[in-house]
Amino acid sequence: MKNRKLLLENVHIPGIETYDVYRKNGGYRSVEKALKSLTPDEVVEEVKKSGLRGRGGAGFPTGMKWSFLAKPEGIPRYLVCNADESEPGTFKDRYLMEKIPHLLVEGMITASYALGANTSYIYIRGEFMYILHILEKAIAEAYDNGFLGKNILGKGYDLDLFVVPGGGAYICGEETALLESLEGKRGNPRIKPPFPAVKGLWGAPTVVNNVETIAAVVPIVNDGGEAYAAIGIGRSTGTKLISACGNLVKPGVYEIDLGLSVEEFIYGDDYCQGIKNNKKLKACVPGGSSVPILPHYLVTKTANGDDRLMSYESLAEGAFASGSMLGSGGFIVFDEDQCIVRNTWNFTRFYAHESCGQCSPCREGTGWMEKVLYRLETGNGNLRDIDLLAEINKKIEGNTICPLGDAAAWPVAAAIRHFRDEFEWHVSHKEEAIKRNYGLSKEPMLA
Amino acid sequence: MKVTIDDIEVEVEAGTSILNAARKIGGEVVPPAMCYYSKLPGTGGKCRTCLVEVAAGSTADPRPMPKLVASCSTPVMDGMIIKNKTSQRVHEGRSAVVEFLLINHPLDCPVCDQAGECNLQDLGYEHGSVKTRYEEERRTFDPIDIGDKIKLHMNRCILCYRCVEVANQLTEKRVHGVMHRGEHAEISTYIEHAIDNEFSGNMIDVCPVGALTDRTFRFKSRVWFLKPMEAECDCTKCAGKVVLWMFGKEIYRVTGRKDQYGEIETIDDKTAWICNECRYDKKDLAKWKVIGPRVIDRHSVISQGKYETSINSPIKKIN
Repeated sequence: MKNRKLLLENVHIPGIETYDVYRKNGGYRSVEKALKSLTPDEVVEEVKKSGLRGRGGAGFPTGMKWSFLAKPEGIPRYLVCNADESEPGTFKDRYLMEKIPHLLVEGMITASYALGANTSYIYIRGEFMYILHILEKAIAEAYDNGFLGKNILGKGYDLDLFVVPGGGAYICGEETALLESLEGKRGNPRIKPPFPAVKGLWGAPTVVNNVETIAAVVPIVNDGGEAYAAIGIGRSTGTKLISACGNLVKPGVYEIDLGLSVEEFIYGDDYCQGIKNNKKLKACVPGGSSVPILPHYLVTKTANGDDRLMSYESLAEGAFASGSMLGSGGFIVFDEDQCIVRNTWNFTRFYAHESCGQCSPCREGTGWMEKVLYRLETGNGNLRDIDLLAEINKKIEGNTICPLGDAAAWPVAAAIRHFRDEFEWHVSHKEEAIKRNYGLSKEPMLA
Repeated sequence: MKVTIDDIEVEVEAGTSILNAARKIGGEVVPPAMCYYSKLPGTGGKCRTCLVEVAAGSTADPRPMPKLVASCSTPVMDGMIIKNKTSQRVHEGRSAVVEFLLINHPLDCPVCDQAGECNLQDLGYEHGSVKTRYEEERRTFDPIDIGDKIKLHMNRCILCYRCVEVANQLTEKRVHGVMHRGEHAEISTYIEHAIDNEFSGNMIDVCPVGALTDRTFRFKSRVWFLKPMEAECDCTKCAGKVVLWMFGKEIYRVTGRKDQYGEIETIDDKTAWICNECRYDKKDLAKWKVIGPRVIDRHSVISQGKYETSINSPIKKIN
C-alpha cells in the first residue's frame, strides 16, 4: 500500500509553521471552500459521508456526534478541541500541533463554521506550554490574515479562537472533566446525562473533538467526504496517525491508511522496520496504555487466523478475549526482554495517580491494584493476589462515572489473561523477581 | 410516567430520578445512598452505592442498559423497568462498592461518635464481607484543625462532597473543599483555616460517616444511650426545629430532624437546616419548648430498649 498522507503531507516543508508557507502550500482552502460554497449543514453532511470516526480513542462517528448537537435559539454553541493528550504511548497530537499548527487552526475554523459556533477553544495539556505558544502564534497570524475575527472572508461569519492550558491532569482529557476545567473548576467528570451536546460548556451545547479529528476535517472538506471514505477498510475510513514506540527500529509518528496490516506496520520498510536488536516480539499494546495488551501470537493474526489489520474492527476482533482496540493510536511494542508485570504495574501506577478521586470504585480500586501489583513485581506477592487483581478490576469496570475506571481495569485484566504464567513466576521466584526487572523474559519464546 | 421497580409499578413525574421513584414506593426497594442528598441540588453520582440495573430503558426503546447506572442521577423514562433487590448484578456491584469504601476506612467505630447513626455501618452490615482482603496499610491523613465546633476525621471520610455542597448552598462563603486527587483526595481548608459560618454546623448533619462530628459532643456519650426529643424555639436565623439528644434533663447535643434516609426534614416547605447558635449554644432546657419523643425506626440501634412507638403517636410517624 502506498504511503498516502492527508494530514502530514507538508510537514517536512521548512517554515510550514508560518502562515505564509502554509498558505502557499494550499492552506486554508477548506475555509474558503466551506464559507464560499457550502452551508454549515453541507459541511456536516460531508463529514458524515466521510465516515470519520473520533480519533481520541472511542472511535465514535464524528458526523453523528455533530448532528446530535442541540441547536436552541438564542443560546451560543461551542466547539472545544481536546488537546489534552496524556495517554502513555500516545504522542500524535503533540507532533501535529508542533509541526503544522495551522492545520489545527484551519480545521477549527471549518468545524466551528459547520457547527455554528462563534467561540471555540483548544484545551491543551499544561505540560505542552511550548505548543501553546506555537498555536497562539498561528492563531495571531490567522487573525491578521482575516481567517479569524469578525466577518471572515466577508461572509458574515464571526469566530474567536482561544487556546486554554490545563493544569496537567490526564482526567481532563475526559470530555466533561475538560469542560469543568475549562470553566475554571476542579477537573471532575460530570455525571451524564446530560451530555455535552445538550449541556456542555457553561450549560450551552458543546462538541468536544480530538485534535486529529478536527485536522481531518480539512482534507474532507477539500476533497469531499466520498474521497476520504474511499481510503481505509469497512467502517474504518481515512488515515490515522499512529505513534509507535517501544522496542522498534524506527519508532515515531506515522500516518497510515486504516486497513494496513499490523505485520507490515511493525516489520515493513516504510514503517517501523521491525524489532530493535534483532529481538523477538513479545507483546503489543496497539492503542495507548488503556487498551488490552496482545501477546505476540495475537498481534499479527487474529484468533481465527486472519491477518490483523490496523482498523477499528480488526484490532477489536475477538473482543477482549483475544482482541484489543485501536484506541488513540499509541502503538507500544515490547520485545522479549520486557517484563509484563512491571509494565502493568507502571500503567496502573499512572491510573492510580491520575484518578480524580470522585467516585469510590476508581479512587479506591486503582490504588489497591497499584499496591498489589507493586507487591507482585517486587517479589512479595502470593498466588491469591493474582485472582484478587482479576476480581478488583472486574469490580471497577463499568461501575464508575467516567471511562477512566475502565481504562485502568482493562490493561490489568488483559495482562493476567495472556501472561498469567509471568505473574506466577513472580510469585514462585521471589528472590529473582526482586533482583531483575524482567520476568519470564529470558525463557525461550515462540517465533 | 410509569416505571417498574422490582416488579412494583409507580407513577412519577418526568425528570424524577430512579432513586426518588423508588423512595415514592418506599421500603425495601429503595437503594442506599451515601452521597446523594435530595435537599442539596448537585449532589449524587459519586459513591456508586445506589447502582441499579435497568432491564428495559423505556417503552419506546426497551433495550436494557449495558452497565449498572447510578439511580440517584439517572432520570426515569416512561415504561422503564428497574431491578434493585431482585438483581444479582446489583448485589455484586454494591458489595464491590462497599468493599472499596471500607478498604481504607479505619473501622474505629468503637470510638467514633457517629456509630449507631452511620450510613456506612448500615451499608457494611447489609453488603459488607466478614473479612477484608486488603493487606496493605490503610491510608491516613495528617489531622487538621478546622475550628472549635467541628471535628474533621479525614481518615473516615468517603468523599461524598455533601459538606462541600452545604458550604456552597447554605453559607455565604465556602472555605473548604476537596484537595488533591485520586487516593490522596481530601476534604481540607487548604491553609488551615477555621470554618466559621452561621450554618456550617449542617455539614455535621449531612456527613454520612464520622468524618465530621460535633466537637461539643465529642466522646460525651454513645448515641444509643441518649433520648432524642423533638423541640423548637423562636430563632431568628433558622426554623428552630431540632432534635435534642438528652440524658436525664441534660442536653448532650442538638441536631436537625433527620428522616428515614438520614436527610434533614422538610417542614413547612422548607428544609429545616439549623443555625450554629441552636446547635452549639442552647444546651439549656429552658431555652427550648419540648414537643415530645422523636420516633425512631425500631430497627435502629438508637431505639433499643427505650420506648415503644405508639400507633396513635401524635408525632408524624417515620417509617
